Amino acid sequence: MLKYILKRLVSSIITIWFVITVTFFLMHAIPGGPFTSDRKLPPAVEQNLDAKYGLNKPLVVQYETYLVNLVHGDLGDSMTTIGLTVNQVISQSFPYSLSVGVCAILFSLLIGLILGIIAALQQGKFLDNFCMIISTLGVAVPSMILAPVLIYVFAVKLGVLPAVGLDTPSNYIMPAIALGSYYMAFIARLVRSSLVEVVRQDYIRVARAKGLSKSKIVLKHALRNSLIPLITYLGPITAGVLTGSFVIETVFGIPGIGREFVQSISNRDYTTILGVTVFFCTFLIAANFIVDLLYVVVDPRIKLDN
Amino acid sequence: MQFSKDMFEFVPKEEKNTNKVVRPSLSYWQDVWIRIRKNKLAMGGLIFIIVITLAAIFGPMLSKYNYTAQDLSMADMGPSSAHWFGTDKFGRDLFVRVLVGARISLTIGFVASALSIFIGVLYGGISGYCGGTVDNIMMRIVEAIYAIPMTIYVILIMIVLKPGLESIIIALTISFWITMARIVRGQIMSLKEQEFVLAAKTIGASPLRIILKHLIPNCMGQIIVTLTLSVPDAIFQEAFLSFIGLGISPPLASWGSLASDALGGFQLYPYQLLFPALAICFTMLAFNLLGDGLTYALDPKMRK
Repeated sequence: MLKYILKRLVSSIITIWFVITVTFFLMHAIPGGPFTSDRKLPPAVEQNLDAKYGLNKPLVVQYETYLVNLVHGDLGDSMTTIGLTVNQVISQSFPYSLSVGVCAILFSLLIGLILGIIAALQQGKFLDNFCMIISTLGVAVPSMILAPVLIYVFAVKLGVLPAVGLDTPSNYIMPAIALGSYYMAFIARLVRSSLVEVVRQDYIRVARAKGLSKSKIVLKHALRNSLIPLITYLGPITAGVLTGSFVIETVFGIPGIGREFVQSISNRDYTTILGVTVFFCTFLIAANFIVDLLYVVVDPRIKLDN
Repeated sequence: MQFSKDMFEFVPKEEKNTNKVVRPSLSYWQDVWIRIRKNKLAMGGLIFIIVITLAAIFGPMLSKYNYTAQDLSMADMGPSSAHWFGTDKFGRDLFVRVLVGARISLTIGFVASALSIFIGVLYGGISGYCGGTVDNIMMRIVEAIYAIPMTIYVILIMIVLKPGLESIIIALTISFWITMARIVRGQIMSLKEQEFVLAAKTIGASPLRIILKHLIPNCMGQIIVTLTLSVPDAIFQEAFLSFIGLGISPPLASWGSLASDALGGFQLYPYQLLFPALAICFTMLAFNLLGDGLTYALDPKMRK
């Protein structure tokens, strides 16, 4: 186990280094820097700016400085938001994204599980088809379309939910649905297919022969085993919710890290793009790592060392 | 040991007949086709895809409107008999723009998927067939890339490249081939120990020939399923890029750019969002239904 963790740690660090390197050189391959866009600056000012952010040094030196600072946990200064470091940008915006993301994941897990269980128990009947239609729709409707439609229906027409901001708990409902609907659909299908398989196993027949109630069989015996595939899927869900936030946060006016990232792209803010990308990847690699460990805890049949 | 005639007897006639082929044998793909034809949802998806592809190719030619022609006196009109889907804020006919959008979106979907499958199949094929150190190194590279979410990649590549159709296709291809390579590798790993590969090796077939002629045709089922599911994925990614301002630039249109253009005036002119949104949703649905049907039809457990 310890050997496995060490191996994973090493490969994670290599991956993060790879991401940093690729992103760094991609960023500097972009035509036009952060200071070339708006008004034409006097050459002296431009030189000073370049000197302040080290853009006048050779690329390799810049790369080295960046790596050294990164090891100290310093992602540098934001190039377009004067006076803010990238660390501050992330620490200000990430909590919003995290809370919305957690709501979205909880929503998708809860509703996905319920739909999947109902569908598996009513296999081939009306409710099964109904649940599967809902989940197919969830896959087919992209969040950037679902989000404005939700706003139009619930905020503009019905006026029951607030459209923008994150001031009250009810603000979280629509972003969570828009962000989580795709994964809800996916989870519903996953749970259905794995539950259908598990229900045919002998130990379920034993449980039924013992005279246990249907709900007890499902909740105590069948569900636990059919949850295993779900756990592996938690990693991709986290990634998807994170990238989905680019759109959702823009539509709902949430000052989260996704919106920050999209803005830094249009501002050509190298350090923020780079910093947020590195942050995203580190976060996701850590999440995947935890999911893999969780997998072993839940299913003792799996041995990581092999 | 001595053999004498009375140790043997003739095979009875009935037994001879049991080896006769009663029904004509079906090839793998005929079998799949029969099963997919029974699946109404998958067939519906397939028909929708064919219809929308034909509409995308021929529709703009048949329409009397040009997708770039502006007519400000007709701006922001609702659907009518003259403009079936209404007009946008420059008075351009939305019906023809949705059809042109279909051209762009479907081109991106099909070309990006086809290219990524070509790369992914070769990469995965070589990695899976060679095994050992080669496989180890090739898969380490893939894993490193796989750890980063595809969307972030596509965005980074799009920032560097000039915006345009080719750039989107390149960016999507660069990120899509990874999944394909992983799937093909897995399939080849399980196939390469089988007897027909050994037979091909024994008669001296080169590794490349074995990969291309023997192994990859046997993975075709999985490859096609992944293809049907990666086309809507590409269309979705393109819409996403348009949404954050890195997509197709006007006057060209894709479904994604039409939808994101409509978002500004969405509360006043909801139909401007409705039609491109419906186009995206129905296409995603059609490809997903077809993909599901294919998965089901190709599953060897389902064969009788």
